[in-house]
Amino acid sequence: MANRDLTPAQRVALARNPDRPGTAEFIQNLFTDFFEQRGDRLCADDGSICGGIARFHGRPVTVLGHRKGRTLEEHVAFHFGMPAPEGYRKAQRLLTQAEKFRRPVITFIDTPGAYPGLEAEARGQGEAIARSLALMSSLTVPVVCVVTGEGGSGGALALGVGNRVLMLENAVYSVLSPEGFASILWKDASRAEEACGVMKLTAADLLELGIIDGVVPEPEGGAHLAPQVLYRELDAALTRELDALAKLSPPALAAGRYKKFRKMGEHALRKERP
Amino acid sequence: MSSILAQRRQKLLAMKALRSGPHVPVYAQEDCPGCGQPVERRALSGHRFVCPLCGYHHPVGAYYRLSLVLDKGTFRELDANLVSGDPLNFPGYQAKLEGARRRIGTGEGVVTALGRIGGVKAAVGALDSRFFMGSMSAALGEKVTRLIELAGKSRLPLILFSASGGARMQEGILSLMQMAKTAAALEQFSRRGGLYISVLTHPTTGGVTASFASLGDIMLAEPGALIGFAGPRVIEQTIGEKLPEGFQSAEYLLEHGFLDAIVPRQELRPALIRLLALHGYGKGGESHG
Repeated sequence: MANRDLTPAQRVALARNPDRPGTAEFIQNLFTDFFEQRGDRLCADDGSICGGIARFHGRPVTVLGHRKGRTLEEHVAFHFGMPAPEGYRKAQRLLTQAEKFRRPVITFIDTPGAYPGLEAEARGQGEAIARSLALMSSLTVPVVCVVTGEGGSGGALALGVGNRVLMLENAVYSVLSPEGFASILWKDASRAEEACGVMKLTAADLLELGIIDGVVPEPEGGAHLAPQVLYRELDAALTRELDALAKLSPPALAAGRYKKFRKMGEHALRKERP
Repeated sequence: MSSILAQRRQKLLAMKALRSGPHVPVYAQEDCPGCGQPVERRALSGHRFVCPLCGYHHPVGAYYRLSLVLDKGTFRELDANLVSGDPLNFPGYQAKLEGARRRIGTGEGVVTALGRIGGVKAAVGALDSRFFMGSMSAALGEKVTRLIELAGKSRLPLILFSASGGARMQEGILSLMQMAKTAAALEQFSRRGGLYISVLTHPTTGGVTASFASLGDIMLAEPGALIGFAGPRVIEQTIGEKLPEGFQSAEYLLEHGFLDAIVPRQELRPALIRLLALHGYGKGGESHG
């Protein structure tokens, strides 16, 4: 089926396809000289967020993203791409260094959400995400974010406060997984497919809502069928965005990003007598 | 002239909300969720809706909450008429919103205001857990952001009382984006030297925990409040075991380093006055006996 004819539920399935290329593949195919930076310097290294320094067309950048893992062992270790607070605090460390060494930031978003676990709560999952949002909003280097698979909830947004936010054509981005949404709103997780229809979670919907700035086309049938084709498209899109942002001054980059998120939901307001 | 009338109307609404009281149903007597003992409603309202027997803190509405800390007659509500549209045309949402507005007497899940605390002018806001569980809507995020920006511009201390179930599902991704918006506004406010005191009340979860509620310079909570990112039910389903007693309680968070103090409702106003003075606001700024 052609990409443009896919239903939202079919896109959710594609976004979750285990063969879909992710952060590790993007780093390998679009960047050179990658040096992985590990650990949050507080208590652990959370592999569900992978990041470090690399070159993008020769220029040093900080690149980071969610990682679901390819093997069973990795799936377990990375909680299928659901970060613990340590993951977000590692990201904060990398972002702070990007600011210090004036490196542009590229993030790849692909997570069902932040990990809902006992230890994650004990170590402040909410605080970790909140700090990431605050920090990312104030960076004075260019930040380009790409939702590449599942953009689930605050766990996704914590890497998503960019000057430019792109989505792959079949990626999805939503306040919660469709299953979670159906279970909260209708007390019935089996109505997930129906939820996909009303949530406005596709790239086209989010472009229209002004949440994202651009859509990166995928090969017909999904990114996993012809990854090299996707890498070329993604490379071109990132180059375009970084080149445009390189023209802006550091304060203009921070101010522009603030303004972009300040406006979110503007058209969702109404005035009336209380 | 019309602004005087509007102010009077606001005061009236605030008083009405105060009289009708907070979250508890209107029974003459009810069993306390804390100790299970029957407690008279009148006794409760005389105790700021804290159980006189066991100290259980009942959830209270936003107007009442603010009336407990503000100096009498200083409450000036902001953006009272700013309400959520229905950005995603979500089936049934508009009608539910109107019902909630009528029933609760607030336009949205947060009330924001200027007022004085011990004579010190402050920007204050309180989420109302009766209004869609205090969930984050575009309007709620906007009111909070405007309050933060106003506090920044006017160099006022900022105090927010959180109580929230998380995201407003009916506003989808726009709800999510309010997390970034409010966190960004607080970061700017903080960099300009603004003081933000965050008070977490029962329950504070989800997107509100993962944004403005967790970013206070000073983090306070009411005793026994449930505070977390993921809800207990979701965690139990994920890890497949029962959660320990007291998990995600204010006391648990204090022990794990995420709060400065747990402050009972009766002691909150004096605590705020003291903190404001310690930061140089008001007459007691330099020294305080």
